[in-house]
Amino acid sequence: MELNRWRQDFPQLKDNDLIYLDSAASALKPQTVIDTTMNYYRDLSVNIHRGIYDEAYEATRLFEATREAVASFIHAEVDEIIFTRGATAAMNLVALSFGMTNIQKDDEIIVSELEHHSSVLPWQKVATLKQAKLVYIPLDENGRITVENFKKVLTNRTKIVALTYISNVMGYVTPIEAIIQLAHEKKACVIVDAAQAAPHLKIDVKRLDVDFLAIAGHKMLGPTGVGVLYGKKALLDAMEPLELGGEMNEEVNLYHAIWKDAPYKFESGTMPIASVIGLKAAIEYLEKADLVSVENHVKKLRNYAFQQMKKIEGIKIYNPDADSSIIAFNITGVHPHDAASFFAEHRVALRAGHHCAQLIIKWLGIEACLRASFYLYNTYADCDQLVQTTKAAVKFFRSVGFEG
Amino acid sequence: MEKLDNLYREIIMEHYKNPRNKGLVDDPAYVTVHIKNPSCGDDITIQSHFINGKVIDCRHDGHGCSICCSSASVLTETVIDKTVTEAEKLADNYLKMVSNKPFDAFLDLEEASVYSGVRQFPARIKCASIAWQAFLETLKKGA
Repeated sequence: MELNRWRQDFPQLKDNDLIYLDSAASALKPQTVIDTTMNYYRDLSVNIHRGIYDEAYEATRLFEATREAVASFIHAEVDEIIFTRGATAAMNLVALSFGMTNIQKDDEIIVSELEHHSSVLPWQKVATLKQAKLVYIPLDENGRITVENFKKVLTNRTKIVALTYISNVMGYVTPIEAIIQLAHEKKACVIVDAAQAAPHLKIDVKRLDVDFLAIAGHKMLGPTGVGVLYGKKALLDAMEPLELGGEMNEEVNLYHAIWKDAPYKFESGTMPIASVIGLKAAIEYLEKADLVSVENHVKKLRNYAFQQMKKIEGIKIYNPDADSSIIAFNITGVHPHDAASFFAEHRVALRAGHHCAQLIIKWLGIEACLRASFYLYNTYADCDQLVQTTKAAVKFFRSVGFEG
Repeated sequence: MEKLDNLYREIIMEHYKNPRNKGLVDDPAYVTVHIKNPSCGDDITIQSHFINGKVIDCRHDGHGCSICCSSASVLTETVIDKTVTEAEKLADNYLKMVSNKPFDAFLDLEEASVYSGVRQFPARIKCASIAWQAFLETLKKGA
């Protein structure tokens, strides 16, 4: 039995035959995250920033401690961390507030076909409403974003660059550091979708000099319902909140009100307190595990699986040179939903579909695909199971009449 | 693997590979309904032609998984030449069967009864349903 020092911390994987290869959609949760989240409900369960009794004070302290943990995790300042419903809400907030205020007619917004829908649709809307131009970086022949191709679309009219850090279908890492530098030379503002990157790469917002960055809690071992928007303080100060209501204001009068300072003006109403508190345990877990070790492990697994998968006749792999933990593939002649039922029957959890990234699926010229993604709790045995199940699937579908 | 063998039955594969009544017609006498399942990309259009309370013709087109595409083909063969009342009853019964709800086992669903295997795959109920749902919509719109 191979040793995986992390696996035992994930209760779902104990005494369970589940081969979980869908971490790019959502990661499983370690016991510490489950306990921390539950403890809030069991011991506190009260609102934050309001009551003056002990429980309220303690809940507020724990909530704000996560803000500090996130800030330190990505090397930001504490007041640059906004909690949101998820990465989607974070990117919508930037587009619909910052974008709608700062984009004028004929301005250019650069995106790519590798984007998750949440990174491109808000900007599509802003471009339409403001009569601005949505510009796509031409991807290279493998579907990658390159600095060279970015230069081709960067102009003096570029105001926004919204790109993914790691593609959730192809597993490519975008060279965002160079892109951010070039964009800033044109005074354009850069928004990075780090939903896939945060669980895998050490992010340093100061070194990157990124303007906005979005993170999803549930993809990095944390609870669902919480994400993070990082924004440079000066940008956040100048930005209007989208949701108005309780807690985000300092003073309310009959015909005008005064907002709190960032980040609080963006956190209206009762926040997902338990999830935010649980997110701190996830960050602590990842810091202890060390992202470099995690990524080494995940890359070894991915490569081990890929070396065997590429030898299987009757499958097509779309991202042979991925940088990160993903294998995107199809059994030729078999719709991924047919294939996914076979994997599900063998307790191999894969994602089938367009992965909320229809643009890259169209770019690949396919209807949908299967995606296996690995994370720290996965083992070589999981990879073997993937390979064996894929071979068995090819055999089964050919036997019932699917032609390759 | 009995469950999977039960799903990918010969009749289903036969209709998947050789779909009947496939291809749409450009005829205003037909009622057209298009249904898409955005989560998986299944995309089916059904066209029905009703005369005097009878389904004279039914056609389909689109793309998706084998269950989705074959069920559209089986649907057309099942409902053509049925009265509208019969066809509606069959469609209703079929949709109950695939979604594991109580259904009338004595009502003859003909070849469509092979889709009973879908019940064991809750994630695939939608695949087996959308063509028949689209057909019911054509009934509502035009029968």
